[in-house]
Amino acid sequence: MAVLLLADRSGNIVSQPTRSAVAAASQIDKDVHVLVLGGAEAAQAAAKLPGVTKVIQADGPAYEHGLAEPAAALLVALAPNYSHLLAPGSAMGKNIMPRVAALLDVQVITDIAGVESPDTFRRFIYAGNALATVKTSDGKKVLTVRAASFDPVPAEGGTAAVENAPAAEDPGVSAFVGAEIAQSERPELTAARVVISGGRALGSAENFAILDKVADKLGAAVGASRAAVDAGYAPNDHQVGQTGKIVAPELYIAVGISGAIQHLAGMKDSKVIVAINKDEDAPIFQVADYGLVGDLFTIIPELEKELG
Amino acid sequence: MKLLVPVKRVVDYNVKVRVKADNTGVETANVKMSMNPFDEIAVEEAVRLKEKGVATEIIAVSIGPAQAQEQIRTALAMGADRGILVEAENTEPLGVAKLLKAIVEREGPQLVMMGKQAIDDDMNATGQMLAALLGWSQGTYASKVELADGAAKVTREVDGGLETVNLKLPAIVTADLRLNEPRYASLPNIMKARKKPIETLKPADLGVDVAPRLSILKVEEPPKRQAGVKVGSVAELVAKLKTEAKVI
Repeated sequence: MAVLLLADRSGNIVSQPTRSAVAAASQIDKDVHVLVLGGAEAAQAAAKLPGVTKVIQADGPAYEHGLAEPAAALLVALAPNYSHLLAPGSAMGKNIMPRVAALLDVQVITDIAGVESPDTFRRFIYAGNALATVKTSDGKKVLTVRAASFDPVPAEGGTAAVENAPAAEDPGVSAFVGAEIAQSERPELTAARVVISGGRALGSAENFAILDKVADKLGAAVGASRAAVDAGYAPNDHQVGQTGKIVAPELYIAVGISGAIQHLAGMKDSKVIVAINKDEDAPIFQVADYGLVGDLFTIIPELEKELG
Repeated sequence: MKLLVPVKRVVDYNVKVRVKADNTGVETANVKMSMNPFDEIAVEEAVRLKEKGVATEIIAVSIGPAQAQEQIRTALAMGADRGILVEAENTEPLGVAKLLKAIVEREGPQLVMMGKQAIDDDMNATGQMLAALLGWSQGTYASKVELADGAAKVTREVDGGLETVNLKLPAIVTADLRLNEPRYASLPNIMKARKKPIETLKPADLGVDVAPRLSILKVEEPPKRQAGVKVGSVAELVAKLKTEAKVI
């Protein structure tokens, strides 16, 4: 039986976590169907993903903003044709899939980091400090996928047909009011090849901006620790960690971040980790490939200069 | 309006957990336990709604071992009015959601205020599952909640920023970190909380089957990172990133 993947779109494109989820879905079954809520252009983009055999597009105001209640009802209506229902572990996927699972009376498995077999998956628990292998006895499997654990499929190469979703009931218990989406010219945090993150030691929002110049030179996304976000130095959606975003870039530069368990949960799969901190006993140095002990306010401008 | 606040007993967030040698789980014996941090935020929000006169009664409920009484007492000391303990261990989110549904049907709250995820299983599922089972609306990852005219206006933390939704009551709201700063229970309130009632139930009392659907085949230490090196200067760092790590 085929697997159905709920896409997360950012505007007219499918998000990178969705492409990682396609890679995970392909490990379960060769027949991968993608459901796109709203967004005809995003549906066309999904049809080009290698490994995708069919795209189902759902139009209508109830789907435009990915509200959980109508989206879950639609997934449940489609479920009889599928053995697995998946979504990327984005805010949208995590909001919708547990609801779908409960409606189908199955236990959701969130943030899978590996596929052992069609009913056995690996996932991290305790903020990434333990890796559990779990086998489900449920007939239908409902999953979300940890993007950092699967290499995304390329954006081009497939040629799937797009069809319209069947009509499903909208429970009509919720309505979208508005959104404030942070504007950023930089690469998306979860998709960036290089991430530079700042912590409490930056001291202020103005000081935090010194990371921008280095980020520009490296083509990096800017992240933050919870302490920096709580202090108002960086917006919420910059937070890297157990409760924020999980990233696994090629290079992660942690500046003035001590390295609490909850922060490490969000970045310790990075290929190369650099720590810049004045406290040589900071826990971040235990996971860093390269550590530099010193004052970030002298090191960061120097680093910017050195990068040319 | 009545509010229900589920709270979970978990390994304290400051504890570095250790995987058991036989790979069956993590070591929880003789480890400091506390209320899940997101649940503290949910309790705080419920208490603030009561202080504003929106909520009339707050019921704190925990599903867990007998010792989860301690976490209910903490919620009572923060301002909840009474507690319910359902004694059931290692219950999965689906089972917890079914137990909570039975309690919701018995108590008739208009709002269930809970944490967005527990820091032990990191599932992030129970609130959504409860909303599904009840057919209620859900406002997950809430950073702001306003109740008025039979509806909840919830600002949610989503990937790109914030999103606001309007939910018909009754509803489930799950708390994100920035919803509020939970209060510390004062000593007099801790003393008073000892006198507040806690009812103890079993899953069978609620007629709920909580048989697990998942079996844990093994729990391992995550792959360890190779020990790194400390460099002496920025120039050396950049040189190593270019020639050794080849990432820039």
